[in-house]
Amino acid sequence: MAIVGRALLILALVVALYGIGASLFGARSGRREWVDSGRRAVYALAGLATLAFAILEAAFLRSDFTFNVVAEHSSTTTPTFYKLAAAWSSQEGSLLLWVFLLSVWSSLILFLTRRRVREIAPYATAVLLGFGAFFTSLAVFFANPFATSAQAPAEGAGLDPLLLHPSMMIHPPMLYSGYTLLTIPFAFAVGALVTGRLGAEWIAVTRRFALAAWLFLGIGILLGARWSYTELGWGGYWAWDPVENAALMPWLCITAFVHSIMIQEKRGMLKVWNASLVLGSGTLSILGTFLVRSGILNSIHAFGASTLGVPFVSLIGAMVIGSIFLIVWRREQLRSEAQLESLWSREAVFLFQNLVLVAMVLVVFWITFFPLISQALTGTKVSVGPPAFQPFVVPLALILVLLSGIGPIIAWRRVTVANLRRGFALPIVVGLVTLIVLLVVPGGPSSRPFALAMFALGAFVLAGVAQEVWRGVSARRATTHDAVPLALLGLISRNRRRYGGYTVHAGLAVLLIGVAASSSFKHSTDVLLSPGQTARVDGYTVRYVRPVEAITSQKISFGAVLNVSKGGHHVTNVTTTRNYYPSQDPSDGLIGKFFDSANSDSAVGLDAGPLRDIWTVINVQTTPLDSLINQGNNVFAAYAPQVMTRAAKLPPGQAQQAMNGLWSERDLAVAEIARRFVTHPWQTEFLLLVDPMVTWIWLGALIIAGGGFIALWPIPVLARRRTRAAKPARPPASPAVPVREPA
Amino acid sequence: MDPSRKRVIRLSVALAAALLLATALVYVSFTAGTKEFTASQLLSQGRPGQTYELAGTVLLGSVRHDGTSLLFKIRDPKLDVAVPVSYTGIVPDPFAGGRAVMVAVREGAGTTYIGQQNSLTTKCPSKYQAAAAS
Repeated sequence: MAIVGRALLILALVVALYGIGASLFGARSGRREWVDSGRRAVYALAGLATLAFAILEAAFLRSDFTFNVVAEHSSTTTPTFYKLAAAWSSQEGSLLLWVFLLSVWSSLILFLTRRRVREIAPYATAVLLGFGAFFTSLAVFFANPFATSAQAPAEGAGLDPLLLHPSMMIHPPMLYSGYTLLTIPFAFAVGALVTGRLGAEWIAVTRRFALAAWLFLGIGILLGARWSYTELGWGGYWAWDPVENAALMPWLCITAFVHSIMIQEKRGMLKVWNASLVLGSGTLSILGTFLVRSGILNSIHAFGASTLGVPFVSLIGAMVIGSIFLIVWRREQLRSEAQLESLWSREAVFLFQNLVLVAMVLVVFWITFFPLISQALTGTKVSVGPPAFQPFVVPLALILVLLSGIGPIIAWRRVTVANLRRGFALPIVVGLVTLIVLLVVPGGPSSRPFALAMFALGAFVLAGVAQEVWRGVSARRATTHDAVPLALLGLISRNRRRYGGYTVHAGLAVLLIGVAASSSFKHSTDVLLSPGQTARVDGYTVRYVRPVEAITSQKISFGAVLNVSKGGHHVTNVTTTRNYYPSQDPSDGLIGKFFDSANSDSAVGLDAGPLRDIWTVINVQTTPLDSLINQGNNVFAAYAPQVMTRAAKLPPGQAQQAMNGLWSERDLAVAEIARRFVTHPWQTEFLLLVDPMVTWIWLGALIIAGGGFIALWPIPVLARRRTRAAKPARPPASPAVPVREPA
Repeated sequence: MDPSRKRVIRLSVALAAALLLATALVYVSFTAGTKEFTASQLLSQGRPGQTYELAGTVLLGSVRHDGTSLLFKIRDPKLDVAVPVSYTGIVPDPFAGGRAVMVAVREGAGTTYIGQQNSLTTKCPSKYQAAAAS
């Protein structure tokens, strides 16, 4: 099947190249049949990429180790769920996933717009196929997922234990969906700039895709943070790592875009800005994809060399130069149709918010790439760690939260005193009351001004959103006489974009309150404990109750039951374990392969709550077992060959029996050695954390995702028609009843 | 106020803010940055009392524990040179012999370099690496 897979990829490359030519020829000559043929090439690319990806997944499911990627990233003992996910744990498989997702999303947008934006679409098709051809050629020439070995190993290396996490199934496809979806607005922006059709039409057809990109990329980032918190054993969720930053930058950029397009739609303003944001987001998405593979920046993620640097840098260079050229070329047509009337208006707030988001992108970009910049300027690489981000990102985040609270309340065009009084009185009071309470409460956060400000601003945002929603519900109830839940449902379902956005703002406030609390008030201690001993962290007493061990066919687990109490009162019991997976390194020996720390991971002992998480991890040292492991290795190094030689001379059934006997004896020896962790426990290292309000981060993330889905979901066709019929030429300055907005 | 004058003032304020941010960024980057060295660079260019980011791979078989201290050697990715490091603090799960790591170090009393607490980062398993480099 490998040869079929490779043939499909080569065919996909040919189809993509043909489609580019057909689309451009059709656009230049005005021959519709060539344009249609180019669009159908995208559908064909999607079909071929889907088949190729299915072949690769089938190889993983079958544990077909003739495929090199399967042998290197899976094994017969890898659970089926993770065999599916293992496909994108490799460079080769992830590139194929990129092509697959890109072609599917491209097909969807081109199908939906097949009778719209007829001038722009052929150029957009060519750009999308250009991305398709680029990534397919990487899979064909540089990182072939269908490379095979003549002699397949009997067993695969298995998936890295740290990737055995449910997020692995969702996190990469979400990130890649975000990245690939960002190429769609990019492609249509290029089409609009090439054709000079720079009205709101191209924005209208791609807005939902930009929003989907924002949503999926955001979910991907937050799943990565969750994985880091529960799986990597360091107790954090964000490390300002280059690869994390690579996903954050396009997300911030597209966040700015989904706000500023509203100004272009409503007022015909910010056209250069919007085109720049879309082109920037698309370029940053390719940069993000490149950073994970390049090894150009040393970091938690990005080490090692890669052969993909030159093609990626060439593509990014072409995108940057092409984008600048197009915007400069079309600068006259991109002039705003209106002027900002007042700094006290929703447009101005959106503009400030955009500036803050872009400032964040620039800060993150500069600090992330500073090692390369410093090397180019001084000849020496200089690393700027996470502390360098804080003086910039924290104040910018505070301003952002403030603006996300003002945005939903303030009127379009120009604010009035009545609007100020009506909209801002309650949120300001709530924010101030929160601030005062936190300042005077004993043991409150008064010592951390940034955290204190974030709590107060978060309260301001939540109050503002709640007020707007309540006013909408009240207005609806006045006309429909529905019960509150029904009125709320009706309000949201008929104004999804607006109330989805409000929900996102509320979620952002909740999330950033959690970030401020956990980063400002976290307590940790790193201790060595024997069973019965205790340690103290942030007023909690943690007692190492007893060691535990478990053996399954997939791993050996050494763990500890910890009792947590405060002021003499029991709080919780948590169990943390260190899991050892069999290594494929022959130098470990037949017994040692089960105790290789390079093939181990942590299972965090976590007691999560609304106000604090108690997070524990055990760091077992197997040194006390070394002599027994070495002894076992020596015994089996001598014994196993004898059994194997004897088995080779026996009929297959008896040979299998002899080998089974050998493995049973080995398993007994392994179990006996592992049991010593419980029967002869030794002093073990623990990392203990008390981390406040981390749950708020995940809760905020869920609210944001919920808001994103609400905004993304299309409004019913009937309502849309009514909306179009009823939509005023210009929005009222301060609508008493929320107007229906087109999706 | 005249609208064009208003626009000039707004533009000036925006440019001033951008300039301020850029200046602060450049200043912080150069003053708060730590030189990033490989093992061989650290041995030849490192100065006592200064902190450096040491990047390389953990030498296989060099990892030991001494109480809460983790002792290991970091090997230069290109040369056959390794420096011993004594480190305390959070050890990320992926840390192991043969893995690529980074740690902030300064020269210790003997030949061993002292790792700054909680500064150890290791290569993430989600990083794709070319087969030739692995």
